[in-house]
Amino acid sequence: MAFYFVQFLTGLASAASLFLVASGLSIIFGVTRIVNFAHGAFYMLGAYVAFTLTERFSGALGFWGGIVVAALIVAAVGVLVEMVLLRRIYHAPELFQLLATFGLTLMVQDIVVLIWGPDDLLGRRAPGFRGAVDFFGQNIPSYDLFLIALSPIVLGGLWLLFQRTRWGVLVRAATQDRDMVAALGVNQKWLFTSVFALGVFLAALGGALQIPRDAVHHALDLRIIVDVFVVVVIGGLGSIIGAFVAAVLVSELNAFGILIFPKISIILVFLVMAVVLIVRPWGLFGKPEAAARRTPGLTVNPWRPLTSGERSMSIGALVLAAMLPLFAGNYALTVGSEIAIFVIFAASLHFLMSVGGLASFGHAAYFGLGAYGVAFLAKAAGLPMIVSLLLGPLLGLLGAAVFGFFAVQLSGVYFAMLTLAFAQIVWSIAFQWVAVTGGDNGILGVWPDKWAAGPASFYWLSLAIAALAVTVLRVIVFSPFGFALRATRDSPLRSEAIGIDGKRVQWTAFVISGTVAGIGGALFAYLKGSVFPDSLGISLSVDALVMVLLGGVETVSGAVIGAIVFKAANIWLVSQTDLSKLVLGGFIVLMVVAFPKGIVGTLEAIRNRRRSSEPKSALATSRIEVAE
Amino acid sequence: MRRRHVLGAGLAIAVAGMAGSAMAQSEIKIGEINSYSLLPAFTEPYRKGWQLAVEEINAAGGINGKKLVVISKDDGGKPADAQTAANELVSSENVAMLTGTFLSNIGLAVSDFANQKKVFFLAAEPLTDAITWSKGNRYTFRLRPSNYMQAAMLVEEAAKLPAKRWATIAPNYEYGQSAVAVFKKLMSEKRPDIQWVDEQWPPQGKIDAGPVVQAVAAANPEAILNVTFGADLVKLVREGNTRGLFKGRSVVSFLTGEPEYLDPLKEETPEGWIVTGYPWYDIKTPDHDKFLKAYQAKYSDYPRLGSIVGYQTIKAAAAILAKANSTDPEKLIAATEGLSMPSPFGEITFRKIDHQSTLGAYVGKTALKDGKGVMVDSVYRKGADYLPSDAEVAKQRPQ
Repeated sequence: MAFYFVQFLTGLASAASLFLVASGLSIIFGVTRIVNFAHGAFYMLGAYVAFTLTERFSGALGFWGGIVVAALIVAAVGVLVEMVLLRRIYHAPELFQLLATFGLTLMVQDIVVLIWGPDDLLGRRAPGFRGAVDFFGQNIPSYDLFLIALSPIVLGGLWLLFQRTRWGVLVRAATQDRDMVAALGVNQKWLFTSVFALGVFLAALGGALQIPRDAVHHALDLRIIVDVFVVVVIGGLGSIIGAFVAAVLVSELNAFGILIFPKISIILVFLVMAVVLIVRPWGLFGKPEAAARRTPGLTVNPWRPLTSGERSMSIGALVLAAMLPLFAGNYALTVGSEIAIFVIFAASLHFLMSVGGLASFGHAAYFGLGAYGVAFLAKAAGLPMIVSLLLGPLLGLLGAAVFGFFAVQLSGVYFAMLTLAFAQIVWSIAFQWVAVTGGDNGILGVWPDKWAAGPASFYWLSLAIAALAVTVLRVIVFSPFGFALRATRDSPLRSEAIGIDGKRVQWTAFVISGTVAGIGGALFAYLKGSVFPDSLGISLSVDALVMVLLGGVETVSGAVIGAIVFKAANIWLVSQTDLSKLVLGGFIVLMVVAFPKGIVGTLEAIRNRRRSSEPKSALATSRIEVAE
Repeated sequence: MRRRHVLGAGLAIAVAGMAGSAMAQSEIKIGEINSYSLLPAFTEPYRKGWQLAVEEINAAGGINGKKLVVISKDDGGKPADAQTAANELVSSENVAMLTGTFLSNIGLAVSDFANQKKVFFLAAEPLTDAITWSKGNRYTFRLRPSNYMQAAMLVEEAAKLPAKRWATIAPNYEYGQSAVAVFKKLMSEKRPDIQWVDEQWPPQGKIDAGPVVQAVAAANPEAILNVTFGADLVKLVREGNTRGLFKGRSVVSFLTGEPEYLDPLKEETPEGWIVTGYPWYDIKTPDHDKFLKAYQAKYSDYPRLGSIVGYQTIKAAAAILAKANSTDPEKLIAATEGLSMPSPFGEITFRKIDHQSTLGAYVGKTALKDGKGVMVDSVYRKGADYLPSDAEVAKQRPQ
């Protein structure tokens, strides 16, 4: 019995650190609607700065003071980031801030190695909390008890702050209805900055408090960020109590789960999230998101098919791209093939995001399923390349059909997180089911047949399929189905009133998008000759998001440019420098500031502004956007 | 409109591709790939090691009079990116061979690439047995002692322990799984009386150490096998120390004696763990002295195991190229099979049967000295003594 009690307390201690970070993320999201990908980076910075301070200043005061000061320093950095970077892009399309914070995260990963060196750092133990307390023969670390006590205190403090201060009232009001708060004359700028500072402070505090238990190293951010997102979503976005309950739930399930299924940790949080979201679409304590006061058709420039001039230009460009093998070497052609494959992948996500209004955070699942489909067919069944290439993506289709059915019942960030959960579940199956998938050692030897083995032939194949995929997706956009999908995106109520079955339309779009991603994955398997769980992983899903956002989410085919720019820059930087993350992150941040609507979106906006002698001017459009 | 960008990007790539194709006749290029940005703690000492080797080789006149040039690429920890890098090195840089890699899956990806493109590949660090056995191929050789060899070295010591109830803690991926599987198999062969009472599989890099330590303690084992490393190991050791998990229990641990993993533990280092590793401070052989002096003089830092691996990888590559006197992959393979050479750990040989080198490892016990973790009572175990019989190896390798 004592054992189970101690295991319960241990779970609570794990929950404490998760809760601190999650509450910060939840507050930031609730008010600013920023999906702050850099939250993990701030957590890590908190740990690093606290390490330096506690090493420098000894004694109890040095330690505890160092922890608090570290959190304050990082919060100041957060304020700087908010004022310099995020303020510029609050009016950019939804999720665009994710791109900026993603760029920051990349930069921080390299910066901490530059400052603190590559080695794992071991921080001090907390003065006064070094040992353990004996509980019927079981040892409970006293630091765990401290953490267990701390989290209700923080929870209570936040509750008082939000319920008993004017600032708290404003924050709650903004969480509920941002536009109304602005309309009532509250200075949003400072409200956002202060909320961001508080959120970052909590993240950094969470990181700093880990140093007596953990090693400080440059991968801390990735370790925590996804779990924290999951906790926030399980609890319900913007709900502090929810974050607390979810953190406890996840930690306790883990603590007891490993007694029965020792391998469960790897997947547990995602299973819990998937179940919670299917049963309660807005998390345990969340409320349905208030309908955004968007006036569709005014904020988004109406899309139109290419004019005949543009069409012949596109064809000309395609022909020129097809001439690449005449003068380029093998390496350039292989890179070209890879870029073409990522154009397919990005275009598939873009279709779902822009046309369907459904931002998937787990799109790699369908890409990877296509790749694994090919690998199974080619290796296990020994089918020729053409057949595998045609049938392999069906696995992506199947996955999209099953997961899509559940996912389209949700919307917004909840949709995004459910897709992420599904992707992680697929990933961990590929990762764990060694007998079938080879685990993380992957499936090797999936090389193309002779006719496509040469770099030039493979390049032509990829280019042709990419061109076909982009064209087909465009045709769908301007088909009646595409209009129905856009109607559902712009106004679910109105579209339902005119007889469109919104969920079915979205589900179909999800399946189309998943299948196209699967085609990309199938080609990718042949390009690399092998398949690894990486091709289902979070980082690939994030890459796809970045490509779409970089191209411009409000455009018809911006993802094509986004994919080319991002992939080319990525491959080139990784080849040229070990600090590729720093440079790439900086590049993304610059792009975000320079092209707040994505590359293609911004270029289009400039062109439209130049053209518009008509009364329907870009000025009117931007005013309405600002009003949102 | 949008396709014009396709062309622009295509042209840029084409130009970049052509620039690298000119190759000087007076030098030999080796392509090297590793996870520099993902795992700097291990790859930085590794890089220093091979840079030292390059310097020494060129100071001694290069390879048959030609200057050795190593072109190094980062793989970001992703197999797909490693293949892009391998392709660049082979297609654009025209390297004579590929070397490097740390993670097992990346090693396998590059080895498969080498097999497909018929390029010589000398894997430096990946530990997986698959790379020389179940997924071995004629173009791939491996320097470091494999998972199996390290397990066999540890089993030799572990079997002497009186403990009968064993628990395992290993990261939940191929490396951890196969380390536990081999250890269990070899151990149960030597000691049929042993019981395996608990196993814990925390996710790599994300161990929730408190519950794991509690769960293991609840099974009340007499001995524990640990395969976690890096930050996970730090958390495990801290929680284990606080909760008294290691008190009165024997612990056998993979790789923990390597400075990369032992040094971050500082004053938390648990005493008396049986580990494989690299006690650079304790090795008194002329071969190692020479290496140690040169390394410390160049970097004013002590070597990690990665430094040895990096150094020896390039030394081996140079020896192979010198013996083959050609960059033809077939001649390189012929030259490598059965080739013996000196190393800081003594003479090593690349076996013909499975392309595994006989580089060994030190087995010893952890101890705490002046607030730092060290290995004591360490003995060098030759790799050749810890490999299964040729018949068994031949059965595992695809023909």
